[in-house]
Amino acid sequence: MSDVLVRASGLQVRFGPVRAVDGVDLEVRRGETLGLVGESGCGKSTLGNALLRLVEPTDGLVEFDGLDVTAAGRRELRALRRRTAMIFQDPYASLDPRRTVAESIGEPLAIHGLHKGRAARRARVGELMEVVGLNPDHGARYPHEFSGGQRQRVGIARALAGEPEFVVCDEPIASLDVSVQAQVVNLLVRLQREFGLTYLFVSHDLAAVRQVADRVAVMYLGRVVELGAGTSVSGTPAHPYTEALVSAVPVPDPTRERTRQRIVLSGDVPSPADPPSGCRFRTRCPKAFEACPDHDPVLQPTGPEQAAACHLHGVTDR
Amino acid sequence: MRAGETLRLLFRGPTAIVAAAVLLVLIVTAFLGEQLAPHDATGTDVSNRLQAPSADHWFGTDELGRDVLSRVILGAEVSLRVGAVAVGISLVAGVLIGLLAGYYGRWVDDVLMRLSDVLFAFPAMLMAIAVLAILGPGSTNAMIAIGIVYTPIFARITRASVLSVREEVYVKAARSAGAGDLRIIGRHVLPNVTAPIIVQTSISLAFAILSEAALSFVGLGTQPPDPSWGRMLAEGRGFVEQAWWMAVFPGLAIFVTVLAFNVLGDALRDVLDPRQRQAMAGTGVTA
Repeated sequence: MSDVLVRASGLQVRFGPVRAVDGVDLEVRRGETLGLVGESGCGKSTLGNALLRLVEPTDGLVEFDGLDVTAAGRRELRALRRRTAMIFQDPYASLDPRRTVAESIGEPLAIHGLHKGRAARRARVGELMEVVGLNPDHGARYPHEFSGGQRQRVGIARALAGEPEFVVCDEPIASLDVSVQAQVVNLLVRLQREFGLTYLFVSHDLAAVRQVADRVAVMYLGRVVELGAGTSVSGTPAHPYTEALVSAVPVPDPTRERTRQRIVLSGDVPSPADPPSGCRFRTRCPKAFEACPDHDPVLQPTGPEQAAACHLHGVTDR
Repeated sequence: MRAGETLRLLFRGPTAIVAAAVLLVLIVTAFLGEQLAPHDATGTDVSNRLQAPSADHWFGTDELGRDVLSRVILGAEVSLRVGAVAVGISLVAGVLIGLLAGYYGRWVDDVLMRLSDVLFAFPAMLMAIAVLAILGPGSTNAMIAIGIVYTPIFARITRASVLSVREEVYVKAARSAGAGDLRIIGRHVLPNVTAPIIVQTSISLAFAILSEAALSFVGLGTQPPDPSWGRMLAEGRGFVEQAWWMAVFPGLAIFVTVLAFNVLGDALRDVLDPRQRQAMAGTGVTA
């Protein structure tokens, strides 16, 4: 059994002229949580979707447990859908308002013919609701009768129903009240331990990712610019963009917070339809130098368990 | 929104209640028909022709001495049946076309919607007359003709709703769980596009009944001796000066029925989907 559960190589997703994901190599290891951070529009959600082939990659390869996801036929894809799941950002939009929560949670069971029979299915749904901290007697209720946090628990129960191995959490706490964010994060962490899940945790919030992720990938304009252990990426960022992200996270210590140096990036993110030449970050990078416009950097090791795509660590070209 | 809540909101005001009551009376009338009619609707009695409304003949008699009230009562059944079957045809065909076109998009959408546009481009009556010219006159063919004419309206309305529902996160969630197209369309898309379809059904019933009357008026719909409001109107036209009752009562029946369906449809639209009002104003739906 390989150590790597999901592997993307040279993955590219284009929407017309827009290069949402533009050549990403990434490995998700079995049992880990890989955090994926970046500002909105950087392609992190699209990458998560492409790994599950919920959007079609225009180029490159995705492998799941050695299976070529990009070339999977209908039946293979269906089998794959049982082994993967997704948790969505907006718990209001991700549940069908016309179906009871038990129907939503039980849908993967119905699709894949698991726990056949009314009684068995009902028992399984009740069990799932209990696992995520919902009252199993509330299965006959509709989504609008629940709070945001409860709905997100319904979404999580649905994701778990088919006993998946790999779960893409697409900004799972971004639209929740701050008071329930921690609860949902803790739930996700507990479920990972309990069921041996592998997570891709997509978020724009580096502080949240740092809490749950073993490793962190930082994305900018369709590319992964830094990758490494969560502690090293946030402790000793190797890419100027990561430095800026880290500097934006408040420190829970008033004396240190007062002296915190913020790196405020100037300008807007360039259009992903027409990215800058060479390094894509150079137009906003405080440390850009003459090599940056001419050479497109590749990820190179900057320390143990850490790599960055930046010419400061030696000029490279794709 | 749950069904109970919808009904409670719908019958908040008196207009919807009155409209629903009128329709209920009409439906009961249509079902009982023969039992309610005081006289034989097709039996002629030439000695009693063109009698003014009286205690015996509340709505008077026509040029063959037939009781106008009995014919209006039996005509209700014809009108409602033709309307319901015709709308049923356009509902099933239109919703199916709209679902496929909206969900699959691309060439499926292009082919289906261009075909709908072709149908839609003809004035409704002209189209129905053309279909009846091919199929031959008669109430069954009138149902088919009217059904064809109103299909594009249902197709458009369904497609428009499907286009937005298709992009909902819960559809993507179903897909991520492995749901196939059939399951997504049947379980997630269709149940979420019903509101505008229900509204359109009510309004289309009014137009279908009007169309049936119009087709019968020109002699292409219900054939004699079966009573039909449109046909009675046509027959009464020649006697308007001697016997106003021959045309006025069937005309009133059409008027009240169509009004009731329209009022109910409007009330449903307000309750189910206030935004739909604008969307439909743009389609230029007319009889």
